[in-house]
Amino acid sequence: MAITRRALFTTIAKAGVPAAVALTVAPKALQAEEVPLPSAAVGLLYDASVCIGCKACEAACAEANNTPEDISGDNLHQAPTDLNELTRNIIKLYKPEDGSPYSFVKRQCMQCLDPACAAGCPFQALHKDPQTGIVSWTADKCIGCRYCTITCPYHIPRFQWQGYNPRVTKCELCSDRLERGLKPGCTTVCPTGAVIFGPRTALLAEAKQRIKNHPGRYYQERVYGEKDNGGTQALYLSRVPFEKLGLPELGSESVPARTLRWQRRLYQYFALPALLYVGLVQVIRTSLGKHEEEAHEREKETGLRAQL
Amino acid sequence: MSKHPTIAEHLAASGVSRRSFLQLCGTLLATAPVGLALTGKKSVLQIANAIGKTKRPSVIWLHFQDCTGCTETLLRTSAPDVAHLILDVISLDYHETLMAASGAQAEAALRSAMAENAGKYVLVVEGAIPTRDEGIYMQMGGRPALQVVREVAAQAAAVIAMGSCASWGGIPSADPNPTGAVGVDSIISGKPIVNLPGCPPNPYNLLAVVLEYVTMGKLPALDEYNRPKFAYERVIHENCPRRAHFDAGRFAMSFGDEGHRKGWCLYKLGCKGPVTHAACSTRHFNEIPGVWPIGIGAPCVGCTEKGVVWRMSTLETVPIHLATPPDTYPPIYSSAGKLKVGAATLVGAIAGAVGGATWVASQRFQSSQEAGIARVTADRAHAEKLKLSAEKQVPKKED
Repeated sequence: MAITRRALFTTIAKAGVPAAVALTVAPKALQAEEVPLPSAAVGLLYDASVCIGCKACEAACAEANNTPEDISGDNLHQAPTDLNELTRNIIKLYKPEDGSPYSFVKRQCMQCLDPACAAGCPFQALHKDPQTGIVSWTADKCIGCRYCTITCPYHIPRFQWQGYNPRVTKCELCSDRLERGLKPGCTTVCPTGAVIFGPRTALLAEAKQRIKNHPGRYYQERVYGEKDNGGTQALYLSRVPFEKLGLPELGSESVPARTLRWQRRLYQYFALPALLYVGLVQVIRTSLGKHEEEAHEREKETGLRAQL
Repeated sequence: MSKHPTIAEHLAASGVSRRSFLQLCGTLLATAPVGLALTGKKSVLQIANAIGKTKRPSVIWLHFQDCTGCTETLLRTSAPDVAHLILDVISLDYHETLMAASGAQAEAALRSAMAENAGKYVLVVEGAIPTRDEGIYMQMGGRPALQVVREVAAQAAAVIAMGSCASWGGIPSADPNPTGAVGVDSIISGKPIVNLPGCPPNPYNLLAVVLEYVTMGKLPALDEYNRPKFAYERVIHENCPRRAHFDAGRFAMSFGDEGHRKGWCLYKLGCKGPVTHAACSTRHFNEIPGVWPIGIGAPCVGCTEKGVVWRMSTLETVPIHLATPPDTYPPIYSSAGKLKVGAATLVGAIAGAVGGATWVASQRFQSSQEAGIARVTADRAHAEKLKLSAEKQVPKKED
């Protein structure tokens, strides 16, 4: 079929509309939104450079949460290899093969300012407290879809695979202890003060003070969690790169905010869905026309009426 | 009795019972359990026999800049027999605190002891030696201490530095160190030197070293600071009876608080146990269980460590670090297993088989166009057939 002038203009117009929409939508989509800090946000400050790996915080966590003994690690008492349904707090070791400096790291829920687990949960079973900012799980609302375990960029919430009525467990910053005026279990036992509890603003100031007091000691002279993933209420200081400790570089925008931003832009003015609809209609019309033509030709040949 | 009696003979002559001697050997077995050839013997009796057959070692004990605390710890043992026994097991030929003689008599005793056992005696040094201004800050019989220690050590078989002062300078060497005090090993070279730091060290460490040397003819294994490994290989923290409290995070926060009264870990009160190499936590003083600093609620000051005591403040906490952490911690990313060649091949083969079968099957199906043509052809043939049969039937009726 020869390309007519009319067909060419039609094609250009068809291709040009989505391109124009994309060009107008994309720049707006690149702007990140600031995540507000809860009014009485509390958190943890963990300084990997002073942690000695004694695991006292692990034991205190199990005691505070009254969890049964965890023998998932080779049947050894309280020696799990990763977070699980019984272990909400774990000390891990980064030990490079080449003998360069090693580091312990304490992993527990980061209490994100904009938690991906809560964003992923279809029933708000995971919920961020508007005052304290603690992200907690509600059994009554959970349907066991495990979206939270997938959406969390830190892979923190864990599903109780063995349970008949399975739970999702994660560090909830000992919110029951906080109500009784106590500190979270892990922060009460640290011999070196590697993990401390307090209001997030105070912890951030303390972390920055430590960086100031020890120039050259901390990686990039920055606090992980100040801005990362939209900001977290658990803050980290380290000598070694944060990626080595399992804390990925996620940028200053939170994971749910990024998803939401693009989703909003895609549906803005309903432009893209409408375009998609128009395109689909066009495809159907074209193929239907062709089909009818064929049917007519066949009818001429055979004298039989085709059923469309 | 000969002039140089064996230990057994001497003990019998001085009225020490066999029972007391065996008790001493038993204590030795219990308090210096590892790293000694002597205590590698199977039973107390064998140790007693090995020691009993040996000639009493001649020991010359010199005091320099010291407080005599190391001598006191030897004498202030809880059972009166023990000091007596130790002094009977070794032939202490010169000891300024214990000998009756003084002045010229004492000097003569030193010379005769040196002459009688030249090249065979063990020199025990207590106290630091001043070196500044050619050692004029300490005089013994009109001679500087520096000169005395050089002379006596020259003819000694081995030198034992008793206490922190003799080992590396101790308190006299604390800043600003006005006398230039140093330990024995900074002055003497070419002799086997054993350092027994501690303020004071446990007397059993001395006894074990001396007996090991005279019965087995060799010194015990030493570490990089010439400290016998059997007593100084491990840090106090490793065997501390309060370690469980450390691990559980229970700390005394001030003297006399609830935690302190309950016997919790003293780390936050400045206990230097985590960096102090000594056997205090397993070998208590005066043969009384629990009698040692941490046992009575006083934080360890790190008296055996040159870099700790009198160089760190009392309440300063020490860093707790291991040279290499154990691998008992989980890694950052728990291992999910690695892809093996066999598994990859198997999966690839299955995927290939499924894909190939699908392709072959798809080739056997007709395309919709072909199917339409085939159907139309069949329809046409059917129509022709109907037409023919109708034509055939019509003439029959006419017939």
